[in-house]
Amino acid sequence: MGEEVLFWILAPISVVSAGAMVLQRNAVHAALLLIVNFFTLAVLFLLLGSEFLFVVQVIVYAGAIMVLFLFVVMLLGVDRKESLTEQLAGQRWLATLLGLGLVAEVVVAVRLGIGLSSGRLPDFSRVNAGGNVHALAAVLFDRYFFPFEVTSALLIIAAIGVVLHGRRQEPAAFEDDATPAGIAVVQPEPGPGGETTPVGAP
Amino acid sequence: MRTPIGAFLILSGLLFTIGTVGVLVRRNALVIFMSIELQLNAVNLSLIAFSRYWGNLTGQVLAFFSMAVAAAEVVVGLSIIVSLYRKRRSADVDDARLLRW
Repeated sequence: MGEEVLFWILAPISVVSAGAMVLQRNAVHAALLLIVNFFTLAVLFLLLGSEFLFVVQVIVYAGAIMVLFLFVVMLLGVDRKESLTEQLAGQRWLATLLGLGLVAEVVVAVRLGIGLSSGRLPDFSRVNAGGNVHALAAVLFDRYFFPFEVTSALLIIAAIGVVLHGRRQEPAAFEDDATPAGIAVVQPEPGPGGETTPVGAP
Repeated sequence: MRTPIGAFLILSGLLFTIGTVGVLVRRNALVIFMSIELQLNAVNLSLIAFSRYWGNLTGQVLAFFSMAVAAAEVVVGLSIIVSLYRKRRSADVDDARLLRW
C-alpha cells in the first residue's frame, strides 16, 4: 500500500520536473529540475527492488553527471538566454504533435503488450536473496563478465579521447576559420635576411 | 507490490517523450544534452521495471551498462560542446552551420 502511494506521489513530480526542464529558459534552472527528476527516478528504482541502481543513480547521475553539467553551464556563461524566435516555421507545434503521437503509441503498446491491470508480480525477494548487490554481482561477473570488461575499455577510451580533444589547440589551427572566404591572406614579405626572422616577430 | 508494471512503463514513455520534445524544440546545446539524459533515464526505468516483471536481474545489468555508457557519453559530449563554444562563442546549435548546405 505504501509503495503504491509513493509511486503516485513520485510519478507526477518526475513528469512535472521533466516538463519544466524542457520549458525552462535558464540552463541552470533546467539542470536543477533535472536533478529533481533523477532523484524521483532513483526512488522509483528502489521501489522496483534494485537498491544498487538506486545508489548508482544518486551518485553517478545526480552527483557526478549533473555536477559536470553545472560546471559546463557556469563555464559557458550563466546569463545567456535562448532567443525565442523560431528558425523553422511551426517547429514547436510539430514537435508537440509528434510527442503526443509518441505518448499515444506507448500507451497502446503497453496496453496491448503487458496490460494495465495490476497482476501479481513474481516474488522478487527470491531473486534478491542475499541482497540486491550480491545477486547483481553474481549475474554481472558470471554471465556478463565480458561486456563488463568492454565497459572498462570504453571508459578509458572516453577519458583519453576527452583529454586529447579538450587540449588547447595552437592558434594557427583557427586561422582558416577566421579569414573570410575570397580574401587572400597577405603574407609578410621576408625582408633582407628574412630567413632569420623569428616566427613570432611582427 | 500492487502498482501495475504498466504504470511504470507509461511513466517511462512519458519521460522519454518529454526528452524527445526537448531535443526537437530547444536550441541550447546543453539543454538538448540534458534532454538526452532524460531519455536515457526513462529507458533505464523501463529496463528495471521489466527486470521486476520477469523476476530476473538481466534488466538491471543492462541498465547498469547503460549508465556506464551514459557517463562516457556525457564526458565526450560536454567536451565537444565546450570546444564548439570556444570556436563559435555560442552554445546555440543554430550557430554551428559549418556542415550545412
